[in-house]
Amino acid sequence: MVTIATEGLSVDLGGRRVVDGVTTALAAGALIGVIGPNGAGKSTLARGLLGLVPPAAGRVTIDGADVAGMGAHTVARHVAYLPQAVAVHWPLTVERLVGLGRLPHLGPFSRLTSSDRTAIAAALQATGTAHLAARTATDLSGGERARVMLARALATGAPALIADEPLASLDPGHQIDVMALLRAQARAGALVVVVLHDLGIAARCCDRVLLMADGRLVGDGTPAAVLTDAALAGVYGIKAWRGTVAGQPLLVPLARLSC
Amino acid sequence: MPNLPPRRNAAWLIPVLLGLALSAGLAALLVGPARLSAAALWAGATGRGDPVVAAILWQLRLPRALLGLLVGAMLGLGGAAMQGYLRNPLADPGVLGVSGAAALGAVIAIYWQLARVHPVVLPLLAIAGALLSLVPLVWLSRRGESPLGLILAGVAVATLAGAGISLALNLAPNPFAALEITTWLLGSLEDRTFADVWIALPCVAVGVALLLWDARALDALSLGEDAAHTLGIDLARVRLRLMLGIAIGVGGVVAVAGSIGFVGLIVPHLVRPLTDRSPSAILIPSALAGAALLTLADLGTRLIPTTAPLKLGVLTAFLGVPVFVHHLLKERRLW
Repeated sequence: MVTIATEGLSVDLGGRRVVDGVTTALAAGALIGVIGPNGAGKSTLARGLLGLVPPAAGRVTIDGADVAGMGAHTVARHVAYLPQAVAVHWPLTVERLVGLGRLPHLGPFSRLTSSDRTAIAAALQATGTAHLAARTATDLSGGERARVMLARALATGAPALIADEPLASLDPGHQIDVMALLRAQARAGALVVVVLHDLGIAARCCDRVLLMADGRLVGDGTPAAVLTDAALAGVYGIKAWRGTVAGQPLLVPLARLSC
Repeated sequence: MPNLPPRRNAAWLIPVLLGLALSAGLAALLVGPARLSAAALWAGATGRGDPVVAAILWQLRLPRALLGLLVGAMLGLGGAAMQGYLRNPLADPGVLGVSGAAALGAVIAIYWQLARVHPVVLPLLAIAGALLSLVPLVWLSRRGESPLGLILAGVAVATLAGAGISLALNLAPNPFAALEITTWLLGSLEDRTFADVWIALPCVAVGVALLLWDARALDALSLGEDAAHTLGIDLARVRLRLMLGIAIGVGGVVAVAGSIGFVGLIVPHLVRPLTDRSPSAILIPSALAGAALLTLADLGTRLIPTTAPLKLGVLTAFLGVPVFVHHLLKERRLW
């Protein structure tokens, strides 16, 4: 069980404050969504949690230890990261690509062990990409590649996963599959943080949402508590229709408010 | 659970390339301007034959063959490592100006006759030149610069180094100095001695060790720097090892052989289709294929009848460009 916490985390990019004084504690066992308009600082927050961008103020801790003082290798064994829309630079096979997720467990010249192979196969299976194993990653469709990348992150076998927009370029069926998979990971005791754009999916699937606006954390709690009409109007400038179908909350953005 | 076959390099690849490199080295011992039979060479080698033959074998052909293998291995590996690190199939110590800058360092040593002060001055200046040329490239690649930006920066570095060399030729104190610089620039393994081998060998050993150390990191980098970092790669150290490995290896090689272009660019492209195309898989095959290719090209300079002996750098460029263009067209989608 891993916990990641931020204390007054601020991040500057190109002289602009992109994340501004975020304090939160993320615990394992719940599916945590990060939502907010474009440019609200969601991705930068995700990168900040991993120590990929240095804090301008505040700090990030993983299990109480400051990320800035942890080596990349230690962080890698605790947290897997799925970056937004990653390009693959060489025509690797899918299996080889997913195998890169095992790097934190390998020494400089050692080979994949059978437990590495099991983890790779399980990740391919879980993301429904086992049939793509022999394909070339650069030849895949956008949606196939997104799922292979998720498999790469899962293959790490880290107790925490931070996924930046894993649903972009997925069809509705695969969006549902991926959210179910992430939810199952969280239920199994992982810490799962997922950056999302679809408010309906966030309302339906997440146990907890963090709402970002202009780099600040303006809402933190259950989807029902955070995604209020006032918050949607204030942060997104929209109004939404809400309902319930088969016990699941629905939220459909309807119109922009007076702009 | 799907059955996952290990899909790494074919088992024959490295033994075959090693055999090729060794046969090329052996052929380089057997062929030369003095037409000597294998039997005479064997007698010379075992100390029972003509002492002149022994001298030709030990003091002329052996250092030349060894240098061909060393220089080729370093250039091939250097190209493969740079392509992997920069995630760019056009990267190579020559294209990105590293060889040019190393050559400029060496030309400075020749121009001011610093090379006569001590034999290590020239290789040291070549290494310093190579190191300096890598700074803007690494800085640009850190900013997430596009492949095109990197190539442009490399072309700028290469142009600057070329201008420096031209300046040295322009201001050369006497025609002999100018001739010495020009001849050296053409790239050749002619008349090299064991003194050159002892300069190149440690540089290549250090360069190869530093570049092979980060094979895993190069694989991780195919997903970009962020993903590589979150896979536990310490990018600052990788960068440092890679820069030093390229600078020391390529600098040392340029110091003894002059600028020999295109080997670092072509060899990884030739080898890549025979591997799983991951950056780590092409490193050792590129070194072996580079060693074989350069030694064979050097053999070519001795076998092709011309009035003056052909320069190795000229031959590698003439052979390399058509092969490269062919591969570029065939493999375009498979970088």
